Amino acid sequence: MPKRIEAIFREEKLHIVKQALYDIGIVGMNVSEVRGHGRQGGIELAGRSGTYRVDFLPRIQLNIVLSDHNVEKAIDTICNAAHTGGIGDGLIFVYPVDEVVRIRTGERGHDALSYEGDIDEREEVSIAATN
Amino acid sequence: MNEINSGDTAWVLVSTALVMMMTPALAFFYGGMVRKKNLLSTINLSFITIGLVSLQWVLIGYTLAFGASHNGLVGGLNFLGFNGVGAKPNMDYAPTIPHLAFAAYQMMFAIITPALITGAFVERVRFKAFLIFTLLWTTLVYDPVAHWVWGLGGILHNMGTLDFAGGTVVHITAGYSALAFAIVLGKRKWFGRAVMEPNNIPFTVLGAGLLWMGWFGFNGGSALAVNGIAVNAVVTTNTAAAAAAVTWMFLSWHDDNKPSVLGIVTGAVVGLVAITPAAGFVTPLSAIAIGAIAAPISFYAIRLRQKWGLDESLDVWACHGVGGTWGALATGLFATKLINPAGADGLLYGNPRQFLIQLVGTLIAILFAFTMTFILTKLLSRLVGLRVTENEEEVGLDISEHGERAFA
Repeated sequence: MPKRIEAIFREEKLHIVKQALYDIGIVGMNVSEVRGHGRQGGIELAGRSGTYRVDFLPRIQLNIVLSDHNVEKAIDTICNAAHTGGIGDGLIFVYPVDEVVRIRTGERGHDALSYEGDIDEREEVSIAATN
Repeated sequence: MNEINSGDTAWVLVSTALVMMMTPALAFFYGGMVRKKNLLSTINLSFITIGLVSLQWVLIGYTLAFGASHNGLVGGLNFLGFNGVGAKPNMDYAPTIPHLAFAAYQMMFAIITPALITGAFVERVRFKAFLIFTLLWTTLVYDPVAHWVWGLGGILHNMGTLDFAGGTVVHITAGYSALAFAIVLGKRKWFGRAVMEPNNIPFTVLGAGLLWMGWFGFNGGSALAVNGIAVNAVVTTNTAAAAAAVTWMFLSWHDDNKPSVLGIVTGAVVGLVAITPAAGFVTPLSAIAIGAIAAPISFYAIRLRQKWGLDESLDVWACHGVGGTWGALATGLFATKLINPAGADGLLYGNPRQFLIQLVGTLIAILFAFTMTFILTKLLSRLVGLRVTENEEEVGLDISEHGERAFA
């Protein structure tokens, strides 16, 4: 069953995360700009005279859908790329996906997810090579 | 000897345009600091004031301020509807330019003053009440005070109060009226409990930059001639703004950890306010002191206002009321006849009496502006209602008062 990874991380890490995912063969993704906070609970900004606290900070939410066996690799990749060590680095959520349909062709399930040269095809090639 | 000087006339006309630009500049200065849902509403409070007060000034405002004096309290009706205000100079006020140029130049001051007050009541004022307030305020507060200070025979004028370009007439009246209005109107919903983050600080920076430029016309043009005093006013204006901006930067850096850009541009405006009454009477070195001292005074006045829990939303009192008061008093300290023989020497030039005169003039203007605005707003609150409903306030005035939004 395919899985959906929803990763929330710092805005400025988007291009690094995107490149790292491309590098392991994950090419399909979508992102949205979200605002929120976790335990860190906002930051102080400088005002005219005196500071003020802003609770909701901008973050990127990135969604990818992939085969079950690729989830750990994708999680490692995102963690490495988005990590700074500071409070507010973000979270990753993993959900099951019931069905995938590619609108152009009507393909379903694994076929709808696969691209030429993607992470699944690369693994098949490397398994074939070791055999 | 009614000789029109073309250089003087050209400078006053250019200055009229520069001061006119300051009101839309103020619109953006204020607009950047409110929440997005009130951006258009805030900008419009300044913009529509150009329309309202322009008409009021032609019809009755000018004559109340500069008509033949009634006991030094208010001008008579001899210039009603700009009657007799034309191409010939008025020998009392500006002997080398057409009388109409003087009246038009003064009109721009009358416009920006009530626009300054709008910072006190943004994000919650009922537009209809604001329109009535502005017309009443400019007629009952601005016009008389302008007469007292600048009108021939005006009480403060006769007393010897120095106000080169409107420290008392413009900034003190606006600042203390803002204070009274905010007290009567009350806080914005959620004030002090939810963050009210400025929606667009670059707008505020743009507005402050254009205000700074326009102020060369405001202060420089107040010489009403092309001469050394005009040049001195332009230089002291720039110098005081610079000193206050830099000082505010360090205050913000020291007290709030970072040199806030909103703070820096606020500092510049406060410096401009403070030098306004003094610009044509003090040296550039004195302007540095006036600007540098103005910054901490207004910076901590904002803290004080915050401590009171008063929602005088955009700190018109702290910046214009307090900054203007400092400027008026500083004029009594730093003024010198070496710069302007038609002025006076201040305390630091051996004339403590001038400081006392400035103090009395300032107190009279503060008391009058505060009391009148308090009464006017109390009345309007009863008769019309000053505030929008809670729901309208939460939706934002752009939609609820104007049926528009700033950005699609």
